[in-house]
Amino acid sequence: MSSNLLSVEGLTKEFNGFCAVDNVNLKVEKGSIHALIGPNGAGKSTLFNLLTKFLDPSSGKIIFNGQDITREQPSQIAKRGIIRSFQISAVFPNMTVLENVRIALQRKLGTSYHLWKSVSTLNTLNKEAMDILDSVGLAEFSDTITVNLSYGRKRALEIATTLAVNPVLMLLDEPTQGMGHEDIDRVKELIKRVSAGRTILMVEHNMSLVASLADTITVLQRGSILAEGSYSEVAKDPQVIEAYMGNAHVEVLGEH
Amino acid sequence: MNPEFFIPIPVLLSQLTLGLVNGAFYAMLSLGLAVIFGLLNVINFAHGALYMLGAVLAWAGMNYFGVGYWTMLLVSPLIVGIIGIIIERLLLHWIYELDHIYGLLLTLGITLVIEGIMRSAYGVSGLPYAAPSELRGATDLGFMFLPNYRAWVLVASITVCLATWFFIEKTKVGSYLRAGTENPKIVESFGVNVPVMITLTYGFGVALAAFAGVLAAPMMQVSPLMGQNLIIIIFAVVVIGGMGSIMGAIVTGLALGVLEGLTKVIYPQASSTVVFLIMAIILLVRPAGLFGRDK
Amino acid sequence: MSAFEKELGNSSKNISKILKSKSVSWSLVVLTSLLLAPFIGVYPVLILKILCFALFACSFNLLIGFTGLLSFGHAAFFGGAGYIFGYFMKSWGIPAEIGIILGVGFGAILGYVIGSLAIKRQGIYFAMITLALAQMVYFIFLQTPFTGGEDGLQGIPRGKLFGFIPLDSDLVTYYFVLGVVLLAFLAIVRIVNSPYGQILRAIKENEPRAVSLGYDTNRFKLIAFVTSASFSALAGSLKALVLGFATLTDVHWTMSGSVILMTLVGGLGTLTGPILGAVLIVMLENKIGEIGFFLAEVTGIQWFETLGQSVPMVTGIIFIICVLSFRQGIVGIFTRVCRPGR
Ligand SMILES: Nc1ncnc2c1ncn2[C@@H]1O[C@H](COP(=O)(O)OP(=O)(O)O)[C@@H](O)[C@H]1O
Ligand SMILES: [Mg+2]
Repeated sequence: MSSNLLSVEGLTKEFNGFCAVDNVNLKVEKGSIHALIGPNGAGKSTLFNLLTKFLDPSSGKIIFNGQDITREQPSQIAKRGIIRSFQISAVFPNMTVLENVRIALQRKLGTSYHLWKSVSTLNTLNKEAMDILDSVGLAEFSDTITVNLSYGRKRALEIATTLAVNPVLMLLDEPTQGMGHEDIDRVKELIKRVSAGRTILMVEHNMSLVASLADTITVLQRGSILAEGSYSEVAKDPQVIEAYMGNAHVEVLGEH
Repeated sequence: MNPEFFIPIPVLLSQLTLGLVNGAFYAMLSLGLAVIFGLLNVINFAHGALYMLGAVLAWAGMNYFGVGYWTMLLVSPLIVGIIGIIIERLLLHWIYELDHIYGLLLTLGITLVIEGIMRSAYGVSGLPYAAPSELRGATDLGFMFLPNYRAWVLVASITVCLATWFFIEKTKVGSYLRAGTENPKIVESFGVNVPVMITLTYGFGVALAAFAGVLAAPMMQVSPLMGQNLIIIIFAVVVIGGMGSIMGAIVTGLALGVLEGLTKVIYPQASSTVVFLIMAIILLVRPAGLFGRDK
Repeated sequence: MSAFEKELGNSSKNISKILKSKSVSWSLVVLTSLLLAPFIGVYPVLILKILCFALFACSFNLLIGFTGLLSFGHAAFFGGAGYIFGYFMKSWGIPAEIGIILGVGFGAILGYVIGSLAIKRQGIYFAMITLALAQMVYFIFLQTPFTGGEDGLQGIPRGKLFGFIPLDSDLVTYYFVLGVVLLAFLAIVRIVNSPYGQILRAIKENEPRAVSLGYDTNRFKLIAFVTSASFSALAGSLKALVLGFATLTDVHWTMSGSVILMTLVGGLGTLTGPILGAVLIVMLENKIGEIGFFLAEVTGIQWFETLGQSVPMVTGIIFIICVLSFRQGIVGIFTRVCRPGR
């Protein structure tokens, strides 16, 4: 029980009578990579939005590190170390790559409300930012304006930015969506590397990636949990095969 | 009873019907604003100016061509609708991809041009416009005298509002409109010409504003500036009601008109600010608006 | 990165270095001419009026250009502060700087109230809420007795600075107001280029991401709003000081429209754009009659002679042109031409 970093009890979200997330109970073990899969519209992104309080739950409880965080503000949740990425790319497009990471690092300086200080006081963060960029292979792009990065690199930058706040729990929403082979492999390596000492909850459609990374898989369908377990367990579950995995296997073999 | 606080019933009722009439205008205008925003993603600042144009056209029809009220009630919205179509094709058309603020700024520019033209033609003083002879006078309802023209405006505008609601919520074309606000691509796949639908929607929305303008002409002074303050009240109505629901817009508009009428009796000084106050309160207690969709 | 790309990067850096040194020398030129202006026969009050609007536009730009918030209610701070300044100067005879402080304080408090309400909604609703609340302020000023109703406050004394420097002479006032405006402008430049300014930029570019990184963006936005309102109020107080009157036009939403236009014409999100925009729009409003006569003469179209009475229409046309084909504004286009990499 105490090894659960995050536990969700009876979480429900209704949109005008339609239950997008329906009585979900979920436990994410400390130090694990936990994958959330399910067909489009299953409620995965909505669940992320609830966990980070971008949406208010209709009912249910969210416990993080033994504390009830259901009523907290999104920025408070982030300060606790729950950092999310978004399904659509979440970068600051007109800033340089370095500045993107620096925004994340800046919070710990405690000068973010200092409107009288010079921006050059942030230069002390440059080295750390470069190290993080280096770890995701973006060091040489540090001066590039972010819009000009390729899609895969933008997603890598997102992960770098997320890493910069030293998250306890990383929530990644489809980190490889829309990527080609090479980029997927790179992100896979990246996630594997950064998962050391952290907990990751990720939504992912690429089954081979899920199979090789995830310790636990939760299958969501129409807002409810259909199955949960290791890859082999879930893959054997007849309900899952019927509802989802069958297609997913085809997807793995064919498309990716 | 303390005479200071004694409000004669006829005064109260008269202000209430006047409030209801104003509310009907709010309803008609915010309805058009919501329909346009739904499909075009543009907050049509020019709505007030086009309402004014409707009224001025009615006046011009009478004074230059001797065309009466009833004809202008149809012709004026028609002309303004066509002007709207031209505006949409010529100007709005180019900015749908941009941030919403540009739609607001562009229509603000259009407002200034329309009001500027009318001002240089007619000045700023009010132009008198008489109600049609059929609707002059008042009817004794026993407990109050109801001016016939007010009764007519109420019936006409609420009918138009409900017809619009019915059209959008209950007909097939309306369902395309609603779907178009969610996902234009899907509607396109039904074989609907979405750009034409957008153009016509704008034309319809502003024609509605012009219709309200003609209805208003005999009650208020016809003036090039008559839409200037109204549009901001309409914005407040839209913030209070939320733009997601047609019925919401109608109900909010009517309710605010009545509340404003009540304020005129109880504390007249606040009557011009009460709608904004209510908006502030709503923002505090229910930020998404009364009929707003969940965030 | 290829050698070519690197070279491209370097050369664009060099260009921006040159631009920077150029902009330094440009500011020196502007500053010197501002300091000397009263001696070369320029009417100081006109320059001061322009400076007040330039400051107003720069404060407004702090929100739209650097935070991404379109406020449609800034007239309330600008015009409202003018009234507050005027009222206290007239009836209490306080020193000018105290009057200005009171005006700014009014702007800050009103900014806090309007800002707290408006940040509850996003995007276009934000603009509509600020507009509606500012309209409420307009009506209050219209009805409150101390504002003099339709006539406004006339004959506001300039009083004495610090209690002993009389501001009766236009020249003394000129240097005082010039100094204040310059300081305020430098303060705005610093805010934009501060750690706080970086977070504002982040909010403008991607607010949900800023939230997810742990920033309470509503608080940042509210502070930006109050700051912007305060600087606008400073501009409004100074304008009342310079011109000696405060009227309803400055509180009306059309004034909010004007400041939007100035900023848009000059360039949203640029430091110098709003200044340039203010110069252009104020000059245009002043000279439009003459321009009309000139056009009438050149083209032979009589109608142009009435242009002087149609300021709003001309403003409207500029709005339309700007939105349709000129969204980066003058400075924006200039930088794009000179610095293609960005
Ligand atoms: N803000 C919202 N309002 C109404 N319905 C929503 C909203 N967000 C998501 N939904 C609905 O909730 C369901 C789940 O969506 P989502 O969580 O995005 O699915 P997934 O990420 O699993 O593909 C969908 O049917 C979607 O239409
Ligand atoms: Mg999703």
